[in-house]
Amino acid sequence: MEIRDRKIDDIQEKIIDEMSALDDWMDKYEYLIQLGADLDPMDKKYKTEQNALKGCQSDVWIAAELEHNRILFSADSDSLITRGILALLLRVLNHQPPKDIVRSDLYFIHRVGLSTNLSPSRANGLASMAKQMKFIAAKFDAD
Amino acid sequence: MIDIERIRADFPILQKKIHGKPLVYLDNAATTQKPSMVLDKIQDFYAESYSNIHRGVHYLSEEASAAYEGARETVRNFIHAGSAREIVFTRGTTEAINLVADSFGRAFVDEGDEILLSEMEHHSNIVPWQMLCERQGARLKVVPIDDEGALVTDELKTIISERTKLISMTYVSNVLGTVNDVEQIIELAHSQDVPVLIDGAQAVQHFPVDVQDLDCDFFVFSGHKMYAETGIGVLYGKEKWLEDMPPYQGGGGMIRRVGFDRTTYAGLPYKFEAGTGNIGAALSLSAAMEYLNEIGLENVSAYEQGLINDAALRIEDLHGVTVYGKNAGRCSVISFNLDSVHSYDVGAVLDKLGIAVRTGKLCAEPVMEHFGVTGMVRASFALYNTQEETDRLVQGILRVQSMMMGR
Repeated sequence: MEIRDRKIDDIQEKIIDEMSALDDWMDKYEYLIQLGADLDPMDKKYKTEQNALKGCQSDVWIAAELEHNRILFSADSDSLITRGILALLLRVLNHQPPKDIVRSDLYFIHRVGLSTNLSPSRANGLASMAKQMKFIAAKFDAD
Repeated sequence: MIDIERIRADFPILQKKIHGKPLVYLDNAATTQKPSMVLDKIQDFYAESYSNIHRGVHYLSEEASAAYEGARETVRNFIHAGSAREIVFTRGTTEAINLVADSFGRAFVDEGDEILLSEMEHHSNIVPWQMLCERQGARLKVVPIDDEGALVTDELKTIISERTKLISMTYVSNVLGTVNDVEQIIELAHSQDVPVLIDGAQAVQHFPVDVQDLDCDFFVFSGHKMYAETGIGVLYGKEKWLEDMPPYQGGGGMIRRVGFDRTTYAGLPYKFEAGTGNIGAALSLSAAMEYLNEIGLENVSAYEQGLINDAALRIEDLHGVTVYGKNAGRCSVISFNLDSVHSYDVGAVLDKLGIAVRTGKLCAEPVMEHFGVTGMVRASFALYNTQEETDRLVQGILRVQSMMMGR
């Protein structure tokens, strides 16, 4: 329950705090890989063409449902590091109202160094994953 | 013999640190780094003698034109073509193949005709032919590879038919490193009067090529994969074919006379060079070839072969690593996967260790499909790489494995 009430920016600050303790890139990757391994696998029925963000490097799926005006995201990737990044995005955006997600500024991406150090290769870059989540939120918001 | 310290000193970028670690550049099949000699040539051209070519009567234009044609002559000599009329400058391998697919296709390919490729082609030697087939109602036929990554040449004998208009095939696979027996393929094709295009993009920088010896009808390659700038490539074509092929693009420089009633075209190779070419890049290509000539391609070949053989042995030896194309002969390239680790994750971690490799489908989805994988990790070597860099790569792979273990 507590997590639902936490504002997007509070969660971002917490992630920035946690990741700033990791000095070197190998530690950051260890952390992302662990997050990726811990992320609940997505139900196969959601791994549809419609939910796919097809990239040259790895495949990404993002699905969402609206429940009591909060978005429940689920996401998966065949790359463990990408799963770790998805886990971070989910931690920030899951259970938030669509309006808040649309308006959010996901500054944690820059602050933890992910924007410069994870290549935005093709469609599966961090930027396009975040964009897709905002796009989903905007659609729910309009409905 | 190769003086590796001297060669490494020729490439300024190799001094660079990536994420605080000395760069290990093993993405040479994608593009190579540039030696000072090439960089200086580009700088000198723009600072000292830049002008458009074949246009003006003024001093600079004549100097630039002479340099451009000098570069063409260097290319001719480098691949041992008979005449500079057979050397067409293009933007790269991709444009050279598109040129032939379009022009040769319009002249010689009709409905129901067939173009033969291999299963190991780069996308740039697949898609232009598909587009041609769609336009002309022709068909693509594909010669398969076996699980060792070798071309099944026997299949070629059964697939080739009286409808075959052209065989287009790579000399060296950009994924597996396989060196195809192109001489045998060309001989077989010619025995049935079928011309052959050889994609030499992964060959010319690694060993000597003699297009007259090979007797290929077309030979294409890129400058940027052989230590020159991007935006320059070469189409070699036998004069007899080029003469009978219509121009690819229209514009300045490719005409003899223009009137609204009728235009006549320039002779070879200018007929295929519409618009102002990439003059500086052509000169950089010439400089890169001179650089390779100075070292000697036989020396380059012997040194690189030692490197890749050693790397292949050591990577194949690692536990939990699958190497693709094991016994088909190997030039410069080794592609592999770590058990239950996505290629992207391997590349991302190696990058943070200062090691540049390529990951993903490597612009060759049919090869990925053949081996039943969604991607691979590729390390590709050039003449400035060392065994110490292979050490770093092997240590990097072990590091990835330990990070991913049990996850």
